Amino acid sequence: MMQFMLLFSRQGKLRLQKWFTAYPDRTKKKITRELIALVLARKPKMCSFLEWKDLKIVYKRYASLYFCCAIENDDNELLTLEVIHRYVELLDKYFGSVCELDIIFNFEKAYFMLDEFLLGGEVQETSKKNVLKAIAAQDLLQEESEEPKGFFEDFGFMTGN
Amino acid sequence: MPTVKGDGMRGLAVFISDIRNCKSKEAEIKRINKELANIRSKFKGDKTLDGYQKKKYVCKLLFIFLLGHDIDFGHMEAVNLLSSNKYTEKQIGYLFISVLVGASNELMKLVIQSIKNDLTSRNPTHINLALHCMANIGSREMADAVGSDIPKLLVSGDTIDSVKQSAGLTLLRLLRASPDMIPIGEWTSRIIHLLNDQHMGVVTSATSLIEALVRKNPEEYKGCVSLAVSRLSRIVTSSYTDLQDYTYYFVPAPWLSVKLLRLLQNYPPPEDPSVRTRLTECLETILNKAQEPPKSKKVQHSNAKNAVLFEAINLIIHMDSDPNLLVRACNQLGQFLQHKETNLRYLALESMCLLATSEFSHEAVKKHQDTVITALKTERDVSVRQRAVDLLYAMCDRSNAEEIVGEMLEYLESADYSIREEMVLKVAILAEKYAVDYTWYVDVILNLIRIAGDYVSEEVWYRVIQIVINRDDVQGYAAKTVFEALQAPACHENMVKVGGYILGEFGNLIAGDPRSSPLVQFQLLHSKYHLCSPNTRGLLLSTYIKFINLFPEIKTSIQEVLGSDNNLRNPDVELQQRCIEYLQLSTVASSDVLATVLEEMPPFPERESSILAKLKKKKPTAAPEGETKEKEHRAIPQAQINSSETSAAPPAASTTITLGGSSAAGGGTVDLLGLEPTPPAPSAAVSSGLNFLVDVFGDQPSSTTNGFDSTFGSGSGGLTPGAEENYKKFICKQNGVLFENDLLQIGIKSEYRQNLARVGVFFGNKTTFQFTNFVSDLVLPGNLSSALSVQPKPVDPTVDGGAQVQQLFNIECKDEFSEAPLLNISFTYSGKVQRLCLKLPVIINKFLEAAEMNSEAFFTRWKALSLPEQECQKIFKAQYPQDTEQVKQKILGFGLSILLGIDPNPDNFVSSGVLHTRNQQVGCLVRLEPNKQMQMYRLTIRSTKPSISQALGALLETQF
Repeated sequence: MMQFMLLFSRQGKLRLQKWFTAYPDRTKKKITRELIALVLARKPKMCSFLEWKDLKIVYKRYASLYFCCAIENDDNELLTLEVIHRYVELLDKYFGSVCELDIIFNFEKAYFMLDEFLLGGEVQETSKKNVLKAIAAQDLLQEESEEPKGFFEDFGFMTGN
Repeated sequence: MPTVKGDGMRGLAVFISDIRNCKSKEAEIKRINKELANIRSKFKGDKTLDGYQKKKYVCKLLFIFLLGHDIDFGHMEAVNLLSSNKYTEKQIGYLFISVLVGASNELMKLVIQSIKNDLTSRNPTHINLALHCMANIGSREMADAVGSDIPKLLVSGDTIDSVKQSAGLTLLRLLRASPDMIPIGEWTSRIIHLLNDQHMGVVTSATSLIEALVRKNPEEYKGCVSLAVSRLSRIVTSSYTDLQDYTYYFVPAPWLSVKLLRLLQNYPPPEDPSVRTRLTECLETILNKAQEPPKSKKVQHSNAKNAVLFEAINLIIHMDSDPNLLVRACNQLGQFLQHKETNLRYLALESMCLLATSEFSHEAVKKHQDTVITALKTERDVSVRQRAVDLLYAMCDRSNAEEIVGEMLEYLESADYSIREEMVLKVAILAEKYAVDYTWYVDVILNLIRIAGDYVSEEVWYRVIQIVINRDDVQGYAAKTVFEALQAPACHENMVKVGGYILGEFGNLIAGDPRSSPLVQFQLLHSKYHLCSPNTRGLLLSTYIKFINLFPEIKTSIQEVLGSDNNLRNPDVELQQRCIEYLQLSTVASSDVLATVLEEMPPFPERESSILAKLKKKKPTAAPEGETKEKEHRAIPQAQINSSETSAAPPAASTTITLGGSSAAGGGTVDLLGLEPTPPAPSAAVSSGLNFLVDVFGDQPSSTTNGFDSTFGSGSGGLTPGAEENYKKFICKQNGVLFENDLLQIGIKSEYRQNLARVGVFFGNKTTFQFTNFVSDLVLPGNLSSALSVQPKPVDPTVDGGAQVQQLFNIECKDEFSEAPLLNISFTYSGKVQRLCLKLPVIINKFLEAAEMNSEAFFTRWKALSLPEQECQKIFKAQYPQDTEQVKQKILGFGLSILLGIDPNPDNFVSSGVLHTRNQQVGCLVRLEPNKQMQMYRLTIRSTKPSISQALGALLETQF
């Protein structure tokens, strides 16, 4: 089972964190710091797998973003690389050539997408079509239920923001 | 600002832009604090916020949290969002809860209530939101509150596929949070049959759930094996177009394949031959596909394909039964060892480690030794080199030990600091384990100290001393070698320690050579003295006092050193005390006393290397014990073993007054090794002088691993718990498992002919480490020795990890007996002495020979045995189902015949047999009458000897 997934930039900024097991907030911060330093220090062409404590780390870089997963000892490393890749493909398809900024500005979407793909640290749905269909259905519900807001109100001018 | 998808919360996007535009950390914090103040006032304000605003602010809080700031409000507002009718508000509410609210939060009750409501919603998207939330933060509390509803959702025909998928993994999460919540009975088969579901996504999610259930209750779920095999078979034989969107870069359903292959690793190879054949075909197909040219050049294709391949190899290794598959797997991995992808080389090295432990593929792995050594030298990534070290360690045996150890030593000179300590341990273990010539062993360890002295832990140099002391053939060589090593201008302090200790004990063996005369030895050691830590100096001082005993001619030179101001007034109390005491000892004591006090160290009791324990502690995965195998073992009720520290029974006859003696010489505590600055209570040392040294070398007794009870029990007299039940099972059978725990399995195979028996006892080492000092003694308690004569064959004193040794007993029954011979087993594992005491199932009825007779003969004899004391009758309740066939088998197994057509009631059993001893033969007649209504039996036995009737009656009574 996957324990957690971290997305961070080349500058070491955490962009997304998904924890499939409960850790105290302090531990999460510590783990994040440690792993970002560890992965950023590695050179290109090095092995994508690392032993770390009693877990295995699988990471891969896409443009400016590192995707880093921690899996258990009996999990499959190669397939975890492809879990990352499939997630990137999903984001790419949804945002249309995804970039780091898309994930920053639409972090909630990135979470929703992940929930459709992985659940409880296991792969739930591997079909790209099915995941995107589910997300499209969510977006549809969103549009139905939202009344468009005025530009000024959204910028907070109306409410003195 | 990039486009915001969907509705977009522009306020949020503006805020994120603001944060990104902050030039400094301070500016960012300022902006965040401003936002937090604003949100707080909104939440507290009089104006009620609408859902959209709440959602927006909650989302901002979430963003601030994800930036790494603490959020201490807004939880209530998020919970409020959960009951919104609008999907997106609900969705953001659940996201906030999943990311920010811990299971212990007091709001959890409200959250659970919302989840309950959403689960009963008619809208499947709402159900899924609730399920996702549980799958993310599921807790015991949630499991208790809603857990029972999930299995229904999962298997109901009304549930849509996407909900089923989520329900499967939600149930898995709840199961982890609340392990006792296993759906059994009616659910089992419906859950297993999800493997046949038409929707691949449902199968993918269900397989993970089923694996978790299987781990908890393999027996209940074993029906999944054949379904998993047939599903797997359908996938691997399908073409990549068949599975449409579940094909990933031309590989059909790699995720599901891997999950199925993993599921199967929870079971032994399938028993049903057709299922087994089908599985073998699957595995062969996967291996064949690896040889086909790739369908795409993309790395995703090869990764997915090889992910399945590696998982298939894991399953092959797990089953460990098909030599053909194992060797093919090994060859495949061999190809990967030279692949251009670093990832594949890494994984191939890792998997080969497991193959090296299988008897079928160990030799095949060894063929790749050169490649692995090249990897060790040329790989650019330390994590890959680390794998190469692991593999060399795993593939090492007696035939290649010198070469592998040599290569590892050579590599150690340039090895990364991060793996040096572990390498040192591994080299030390291999050198010891496979040493044929102990001079080689000594060389290896001294080289280790020379090359990587800083990484040589205490365990390693303690061990070399222990071995040198125990092997007198190597002592002279060791003394000569350390003497030479110490001549290097700069040598590591660990070398000084080893050198000091060995010369103190065996310096006399090289003193004849003028180049290493006593004075030269002393001066050489003393030239290092001032550069050493107090600990080592203490050790050297002990060496000096031993020199006074060994070489009286240099006594004055040594006394000068001991008596120097620098030493006698040393600020280090320990050193000062040693000098004073040793100086005093050398002047006061006569040479006889000195010789007794400082006599050569007695041999250390053999025990498993403490280095191994250290390696295990350092790297729990270093020992490639199959995880899955451990799982199987867990299911076996643990019998306990009496284990004791060797120190609990020190060899009594040791005249050496090591340390206890010195307390008489001045109340001080002087350990000759000088390892402990503050030795343990002197009183203990007096009573058993050896204890202390043993403790120094041993593990701390506090660790009772493997759930073993470390109580000494009542020594060899106490029967090991669990031994009695298994013993009883042997009354009606000749072969089987007599005892099993985490370390050891003991099997019995026996043959009886009249009054003679051949009993083979098989000891299987279930660990990956050697048992040493393996002793198995047969004891005949009471007057059993007059009834049985036993010729035991000796058993090998070492049992390698994973190996089995046999001990054969030839036994003759001279006279009737009632007690059982006792098998006392002891061995050293992980530095601890393990003791077992078991009853060997040599039982009086084993010497029965079935006899055939007709009705007439039977009744004549039956009537002839009419004395009341010749008959034993028992009436007892059935313990087992009253199945005719089983009862029959037991009677035959007991050694009696089944005589048909004698008893008018066909349900009754009539039997006869002759008991053979050297001195007599006793005929026995038996009648067993089952009463199925009452579930009772009446057993009647008649024989010429009353005691035999009683004995057989007592035995048979326990069997039905």
